[in-house]
Amino acid sequence: MRTALPIALALAVAVLAALLLPRLLELFALINATVFVSMALLALSLGLVWGFGGILCFGQTAFFGLGAYSYAIAAINFGDSTAAVPIALAMPTLLALGLGYLMFYGRISDVYMGVITLTTTLILNKFTNSTAGDEWRIGSAPLGGFNGIPGTPPLNVPFHPDIPLDPEQVFDVAVICLALCYAVAKLVLRSRFGRVAMAIRENEVRAELLGYDVRLHKLGLFALGGAMAGLAGVLFANCVFVSPTMFSLSYAGQVIIWVLVGGLGTLVGPVIGAILVQLLTTYAGTLPDLDPNLLLGVLFMLAVVIVPLGLLPTAQAVLPRLRRRVPA
Amino acid sequence: MDYAIVVALQIATGVATLVIISLGLAVVFGMMRVINLAHGEFLMLGGYSALLARGAGVNLWVALLVVPPLAVGLVGAIVERLLIRRLYGRMIDTMLATWGLSLALIGGVNMVFGNSISGFSAPLGSFVVGRFHVASYDMFLVVAAVVLSLAIWAVLRLTPAGLLARGTMQNPEMAAALGVAPERVYAVTFAAGAALSGLAGGLIAPVAGVVPTMGTAYIAKAFIAVITGGAAMLAGTLVASGLLGTVATAVTFLSTPVFGEVALLAVAIVLLRLLPRGITGRFLRRAL
Repeated sequence: MRTALPIALALAVAVLAALLLPRLLELFALINATVFVSMALLALSLGLVWGFGGILCFGQTAFFGLGAYSYAIAAINFGDSTAAVPIALAMPTLLALGLGYLMFYGRISDVYMGVITLTTTLILNKFTNSTAGDEWRIGSAPLGGFNGIPGTPPLNVPFHPDIPLDPEQVFDVAVICLALCYAVAKLVLRSRFGRVAMAIRENEVRAELLGYDVRLHKLGLFALGGAMAGLAGVLFANCVFVSPTMFSLSYAGQVIIWVLVGGLGTLVGPVIGAILVQLLTTYAGTLPDLDPNLLLGVLFMLAVVIVPLGLLPTAQAVLPRLRRRVPA
Repeated sequence: MDYAIVVALQIATGVATLVIISLGLAVVFGMMRVINLAHGEFLMLGGYSALLARGAGVNLWVALLVVPPLAVGLVGAIVERLLIRRLYGRMIDTMLATWGLSLALIGGVNMVFGNSISGFSAPLGSFVVGRFHVASYDMFLVVAAVVLSLAIWAVLRLTPAGLLARGTMQNPEMAAALGVAPERVYAVTFAAGAALSGLAGGLIAPVAGVVPTMGTAYIAKAFIAVITGGAAMLAGTLVASGLLGTVATAVTFLSTPVFGEVALLAVAIVLLRLLPRGITGRFLRRAL
């Protein structure tokens, strides 16, 4: 029950959003909403890996960007997004497996793990930035260097490349993907595998002495997170376009902020954090005479000092206390 | 022959730049376990303070070498008092808060000075090696890196203040029991680290160009050099900078600057795989 209820709720909210929002929002706002959903999914993937696996990954955007690039390149080459999506999930998963093998089987610990993942995403950033010019193309897809791949083909109805999805349908797909990923994460965490992963987060040495293979569990969770981030990249590529910015330091930092603002150690928290922070960023961008970075920066500092646990855990701690004060 | 000399000089410059931009971060991270993501913006503030001082007619060398550490040291002291002090021992929170600080500083400076590149022309001119001209300021950077490293070593190893700082870092409770106030030591250390970052900003201003976002170009490199160095902050940062800077500059000569940077990052990953505790986790353990 403790798993079934949240999953049912998440799916209900997703279906509701998929039905209502396309009617309520204008096209531009709807595309923006799809971007937010893709970012929420990225935050969810980091929330899973970091909050439940204790894996400090500064470079979740490496999988996000790689998923988007793989999708764009495959979709351009095939002229059909049906096979591009599985490829876009497989590539980041493979990267996560490789990187995870290097880190977990090399017994590299927290800060160093952060540096390696961050470094990976920066390498991809530098590399994609330098791929301008005609010699850099995969099949018929030019990599485009700093400009990225502007004409990323939209998703189409599976096996019908002549019927592309319109932005409303892309939004629906995105919201459903987010809800499904949430459900997958919830189920995984409930399974034996997930419980062991959480035990490892709590006390790695003890879990190992009890006979669990710490490395394998971390690797599994890391790969799952990588696949989810890749899916987020596909959704992002569908409404913006693919560019090296996806691998940049500022994106890598933002994901961490989303998770921390929403609440580390929860799954819904990162989703809420991502959407709130993005709404705020968009709003700050419209203010005259005020640099959005200044506003955001000050808010983050205040957030760390005032709600260090993140919004969701703080709310969970505060609300019952308030309710008790009100006599029933 | 002259080509080889020029390459060697460029490598020395690359390493020296890496050392200069990493030292401030190394002091703060190595001594206090605080990851200061606003380190790049401290560099940027150093650059702007030099620019302002120069604009006010201050002597060029004073503007580059004296004003930035004083100005940014002061900023560091204020930041420590208002922000860092509340977060000691919470590494991730400090990271988030200093990332916020970094954004706020970029935004603030952008509002005041605008998003345009200003700069100095590098002083000292150039000298001739065979068929090539080499900027003398590059050699000045090499000397500056050596002098700075020696100065930090001397302060930590030879002065009573350095002894107090090292003792407090090793065991704050014991230091407190012996009558040292750890908060004051932390405050001074953070301000000193900020001053070093500011000085670095002044030093690289003539070669880098001063923009509000200049810090982001350096923070990742500095961070990686410090972490790859490992526990012994000074020796680690120097060795790591030496290795990474050499690889980056050599690859830059062989292909393009982009692949130089990629090589730097790739070597850092391989190094950490082979030496999971950083270079000084295995070698030079007793060093400072």
